[in-house]
Amino acid sequence: MTAPASPRIQHAAQDAREGAPARAVYVIVAHPRWRDSRVNRRLLEAARGIEGVDVNDLYSTYPDFSIDVAAEQRRLARADLIVLVHPIYWYSMPPLQKLWFDEVLSWGWAYGQDGHALANKDLWLVASTGGPEDSYRPDGYNQHPFAAFLPAYEQTSHLCGMRFLPPQVLYGARRCDDAALDAHVGEFAGRLATYPHWPELISMAHAAECQAIPSTDRPHFSPAEAMDTNAGTGRAA
Amino acid sequence: MEHVPAWLLASLIYLAAAVIVVPLSRALGLGAIIGYLAAGIAIGPWGLGLVSRVEDVLHFAEFGVVLMLFLVGLELEPRRLWSLRRPIFGWGSAQVAGCAVLLFAAGVALGAPWRIALVAALGLALSSTAIALQVMAERNMLATASGQAGFSILLFQDVAAIPILALLPLLANSVDSHAMTGTTRALEALKIVGVIAAIVLGGRLALRPLLRWIANSRTPEIFTAAALLLVVAIATLMQLVGLSMALGAFLAGVLLAESEYRRELETDIEPFKGLLLGLFFIAVGMSIDFGVLLAQPLRMITVVVGFMALKGLAIYGVSRLMQLPYQERPVFTLLLAQGGEFAFVVFQSAGPQVLPPAVSSFLIGAVALSMLLSPLLLVAIDKWLLPRYGMKGSPRMEEISEPQSANVVICGFGRYGQIVGRTLVPQGVSVTVLDHDPDTIESLRQFGFRVFYGDATRLDLLRIAGVANARAVVIAVDDVDQSLEIADLMREHFPEVPVVARARNVGHLFQLRERGVQHIEREVFESSLRSARSVLEALGWPAAEAREATMAFRRANVQLTDEMYPSYQDRNKMIATAKEGRRQFEEQMARERAMRHAQRQVTFGWDGERAPDGTKDDRHA
Repeated sequence: MTAPASPRIQHAAQDAREGAPARAVYVIVAHPRWRDSRVNRRLLEAARGIEGVDVNDLYSTYPDFSIDVAAEQRRLARADLIVLVHPIYWYSMPPLQKLWFDEVLSWGWAYGQDGHALANKDLWLVASTGGPEDSYRPDGYNQHPFAAFLPAYEQTSHLCGMRFLPPQVLYGARRCDDAALDAHVGEFAGRLATYPHWPELISMAHAAECQAIPSTDRPHFSPAEAMDTNAGTGRAA
Repeated sequence: MEHVPAWLLASLIYLAAAVIVVPLSRALGLGAIIGYLAAGIAIGPWGLGLVSRVEDVLHFAEFGVVLMLFLVGLELEPRRLWSLRRPIFGWGSAQVAGCAVLLFAAGVALGAPWRIALVAALGLALSSTAIALQVMAERNMLATASGQAGFSILLFQDVAAIPILALLPLLANSVDSHAMTGTTRALEALKIVGVIAAIVLGGRLALRPLLRWIANSRTPEIFTAAALLLVVAIATLMQLVGLSMALGAFLAGVLLAESEYRRELETDIEPFKGLLLGLFFIAVGMSIDFGVLLAQPLRMITVVVGFMALKGLAIYGVSRLMQLPYQERPVFTLLLAQGGEFAFVVFQSAGPQVLPPAVSSFLIGAVALSMLLSPLLLVAIDKWLLPRYGMKGSPRMEEISEPQSANVVICGFGRYGQIVGRTLVPQGVSVTVLDHDPDTIESLRQFGFRVFYGDATRLDLLRIAGVANARAVVIAVDDVDQSLEIADLMREHFPEVPVVARARNVGHLFQLRERGVQHIEREVFESSLRSARSVLEALGWPAAEAREATMAFRRANVQLTDEMYPSYQDRNKMIATAKEGRRQFEEQMARERAMRHAQRQVTFGWDGERAPDGTKDDRHA
């Protein structure tokens, strides 16, 4: 088994060194076929170039689709900003990224009873699409604005008490010219380095913890009834 | 006392002696054989004098040796026997001839008449099958190189016994009144050939239907009776034509080795063999003539030590020629150095013209003493010699005896079985582990694993291990033959229990599949794929794509293996299938590469000479 590389993260220093974000950032880049990538590979390099940012190339860490949940939860717990970088596949995220959500954002940790691990964090999507911007219009061949494909991302954030920040999207990623690509990567790097001092965040309210799930939707878990084994997260990375 | 029939009293004495002395001897680390011999000495004419008629008991108990060879035959399929033909005839004749020549020369040099020297040399050249096989079984040697060699030589001795016995009348001084004419001799030979042919043909054609018919009667004790009858009948036949009973039994065993009743026969005969062999050793103990020993102690000791040393010399030479591992040579040498039960037969049937009674009883005493000495010497080797080689003599392990009831039984706990077991245990799965290598078990126990000692190819041990109620059985032994044996047992007796098996190679995989095993893994397939992945990553491939490529190969290979299975007996056909499969896969991969290349050109406008990540685009030049 290839063990995931243990994250070498330096905690964001209080004195905010030059070029390092003032708060902890975890960037998850998911691309199933790096050799066909044009945009995301640049974003990955850019993220790795910034001091103090924890970067996870998801498909290289878990090529076998067996995710180390405990390690991922530790990385998430440390972060203030969680960044999802991936191409949009069939109007959604690549499969390993979806699996990551399914397994890492577990009940009792990310949501549900005593599940507050992600509360007050920010989730930011940096996506690239094959279709050009004008395909994401009512009269375009994708029939909907891009934002119409994002309710799943938004609601996931909401349920875990996170803010879903305005996504940064590069349309027509396969054909855009190099200047547009450079601009996209530059913007991305700049935002990572300056988080949380983004103009749009000043006016954005903190996320309210979602309390709207009736308790009957989930089996009530009480540790007393549980087996005397360490269920769940007792694994060493 | 008068009201107690003699046979009852005799049984009481024999059984009591065995039950008291053997556990004692085992506890002292001397092994069971010495225990039986000691029990024999204790109750014999030179001990408490409780029993008489040693001769009769000895003849009766010799049947234990016959049963033992029948069981040995059962373990040997004709194919394996055929593959052993070189060691049997080559090394076997080297050992017998080497020993006989040395002993004969020594005898003549010491001034014995040449006839006596020759008979003595031939008699003493043979070893004790009973002792050697018993020791090998006790020490788990049959799988080792020296075990195989020893077994081959013992087998040859059983064959060699026939001409030796035929030679005896020719040595008789008197102008041979029984001189056989050419016709009678031809008749004799014809009889021998006829009997062997009858056994082979009968075994091939009649035995299996007969056994099936008996098995279908569903009376277990009748099957046991039939098994015994079979051996007794064959032994009788062999006696009639003057051949070795043991050899006949061995032949019958080989013929039944491939039959579906092999396991039942084994399980049924085993206890008889054990007891009769025990009785045989007791009888040997009783027949040690301490009178001769006390009359000429020095001479006796000289003869015993002398002939064992000479034999040892010859056998050690053979073991060097055979290039046996040097640390196995001492045990191997000792294993064959003693005189055998066959010597008794030779000396008794030589007759007074060739061998004067005094000499004969002296020699029989010497042989019996050597039989007593060799297990003792083995103990000495274990204690003093082997530690100097930096290796332990195999510790005597207690076989699995408490019935187990885990959900999973793992047979073989080497590198393969260990990973399986260690994966399951933390998941709360109950596992019973069987292994037959004492050294492995010793070290595993030090690491805190609970491993039972036992040969998983034995039906009774599988039952004790709880296979009947297991939810899965893992065959992880590294020996192909043993693995197939266990698979056969599983199919025969526990067809409803799922079997998960390790295959050494594709051929083994097909053989397992033929036996209905569903879950088979080639032992290095997945790890080799992993290494291929690592190579691709070293070439700069992203991990996920390296995985995808090797998985594509894996799928194609598994599919190809499936396609090859129907024709796996036909090498040419198999090669053709394999070549075609490989060609198709390569073409498919080339097509996919070209597709992706074209796609990149269309969408990115790259020229494709280099992929964007700086790795060479992987097209064929």
